[in-house]
Amino acid sequence: MKHLLLGDEAIAQGAMDAGLSGVYAYPGTPSTEITEYIQLAVSRQPSTEPIHCRWATNEKTAMEAALGMSYMGKRALVCMKHVGMNVCADAFMNAAITGVNGGLIVVAADDPSMHSSQNEQDSRFYAKFAMIPCLEPGNQQEAYDMTAYGFELSERLRTPVLMRVTTRMAHSRAVVETTDRPKPQNKMSMPGDVNHFILLPAFAKRNYAELVAAQPVFVRESETAGHNSYTRGAKPERAILTTGIAYNYLMENYQPQMGCSILRITQYPLPVALIDQMVRDGAKEILVIEEGQPVVEELLQGLVPSDVRIKGRLAGDLPRMGELSPDSVRQAIGLEPLPVREKEPLVAGRPPALCQGCGHRDMYAALNEVAREYPSPRIFGDIGCYTLGALSPFHAIHACVEMGASVTMAKGAADAGQHPSIAVIGDSTFTHSGITGLLDCVNANANVVVLISDNLTTGMTGGQDSAGTGRLEQICTGVGVPPEHVRVVVPLPKNMEEIKQVLREEINYAGTSIVIARRECIQTLKRHLKAKKQ
Amino acid sequence: MKKDIILAGVGGQGILSIATVIGEAALRENLYLKQAEVHGMSQRGGDVQSNLRLSSEPIMSDLIPMGGADLIISLEPMEALRYVQYLKPDGWIVTARNAFVNIPDYPDQEAVLARIVSYPNHVLLDVEQLAKEAGAPAQAANMVLLGAAIPALGIEHDKMIDGVRRVFARKGEQVVASNIAAVETGYKNAKK
Repeated sequence: MKHLLLGDEAIAQGAMDAGLSGVYAYPGTPSTEITEYIQLAVSRQPSTEPIHCRWATNEKTAMEAALGMSYMGKRALVCMKHVGMNVCADAFMNAAITGVNGGLIVVAADDPSMHSSQNEQDSRFYAKFAMIPCLEPGNQQEAYDMTAYGFELSERLRTPVLMRVTTRMAHSRAVVETTDRPKPQNKMSMPGDVNHFILLPAFAKRNYAELVAAQPVFVRESETAGHNSYTRGAKPERAILTTGIAYNYLMENYQPQMGCSILRITQYPLPVALIDQMVRDGAKEILVIEEGQPVVEELLQGLVPSDVRIKGRLAGDLPRMGELSPDSVRQAIGLEPLPVREKEPLVAGRPPALCQGCGHRDMYAALNEVAREYPSPRIFGDIGCYTLGALSPFHAIHACVEMGASVTMAKGAADAGQHPSIAVIGDSTFTHSGITGLLDCVNANANVVVLISDNLTTGMTGGQDSAGTGRLEQICTGVGVPPEHVRVVVPLPKNMEEIKQVLREEINYAGTSIVIARRECIQTLKRHLKAKKQ
Repeated sequence: MKKDIILAGVGGQGILSIATVIGEAALRENLYLKQAEVHGMSQRGGDVQSNLRLSSEPIMSDLIPMGGADLIISLEPMEALRYVQYLKPDGWIVTARNAFVNIPDYPDQEAVLARIVSYPNHVLLDVEQLAKEAGAPAQAANMVLLGAAIPALGIEHDKMIDGVRRVFARKGEQVVASNIAAVETGYKNAKK
């Protein structure tokens, strides 16, 4: 059957057709649509074989639950944006040591150019770090096909497999041919050797030795059985190595008379034999075209003789930062650019902004007024729509680093003597990574106000369920915040005076307090009202 | 056949619905298609664009090269101008004249329209007014624009109407009819 699918959706369909038993994920651009697609499919056609697809609280809990599913012999998928890999790194790295029972694929969706992210870290480093195979499909069809292959590979080699995609593939649609014979789910089965999953040093040493010994097997898989391909050119002294979607930008521009040898990589570890072949065929220079950081370009320096010139992002033939484009690749292979018009100078920037009617707006309006009453307030922001409070017209926050950092940075600042020290964090980010920081605050009785801007959803990624909805007060008092210092307000213009008064009182209280500003996200509210009408 | 199209607008205006209808019509024509979208933070009232590529031959890049677009379809005039570096020398701009002013430094609106008119191949329409005249709701303004783009798209008028019918079928006959009326209005006015 043919479907028009986003790269993310192709992975989701590929996983379901390969007998998936559970997807575990926390929303994050550009990975969110994988899980959403499976949730929609499950809700439309509740299968006799259930697929677990509820959102996880964060990427670490997702990774661990998926490992548990794999332990029981079933196929599990973990999905996250690239920075989510940092959150689940402990579980991820050690899953490489335990190995798997049922197939386990970890999808990391990288965001070069930082369209919706705070850095452009390249998840291929994580695969190398953990010493496990990595797949980097080059188009939507491969994303579908390689998901099934990845599960099979994972079970055959008893290792988790990392699948790395980037924004352009994740969020681009193309026609994908899918199987009409989906695989049934695995039956439940215990791991053959339970000690593999008990990482006491004695067992872990043995496991690690096995992982090290398996490395040549992983390389051989990349060289022979996998998805990499090498084509010798008529003029093989000029060679080009592409990874993932970079091949498409090359082919958009490539002219057959160039006669280059081309090595197309979609699977790691690097296929050493194919690289050797390229050199034996006479490669004098190798242009490395890869999306993200210069991972392969660096590795290649140790794999080819020193008289072979390596070109790429590090060498300056392609931009060091940002995603590739048909234009930057065209230039790198030595073609003249297409004729391009002048820019229109009157075009003004149009940055994203909080929606009209959004509760975060009223929250910031009140907070800004109260903050101005103090000589030197510091407001530590966090990851979500409310990060836009940094921009005009609010200019309300003084930091935003990573999930949960608002709470603990506010604590550290208070420890240093800052007052008022205020954290602004969304409800979903708070349950993702704010609760442990709040416990630190309570234990030290840190003089901070944690303002939870609760819109009852995970807003920025499109309105997914939020893990603590309806229980935030209980969570905060459970962690140890005195109930009289867990305050709830409704962020609406008519409540401005009350909100300001509550903020003042809690700022002036010398201890840890919580102010929850709670009003439903305007986008999910519209959707709920529309659904009710129908 | 090969058409590279930049769809432009402001987050929430409905450029993806235009892409969905064109995609539906293109698939029925057995054309290859790639469509790169923008999701996430930029959808919150910021500038958004989608690269839509149609071809009778396989398509490699998900992105259109600079100087490679046959057509810019924009729901907002300044947003159309944002992407002129992608437009081929003989490419078309099909845009709404209705400014969406949500920034303090929006340029002089007459100056923006004057820049659009300076491109020889342009269609400039008041899509909100035309939607009203067609008896369609304001949300159908994007379908007026789609209608106006039909001559430049190289997909037959009737096949595009079929596409509209299939995409909106689930929403009932009334929605289908008003969207078709909007497309027809745009089509007629673009040909003038």
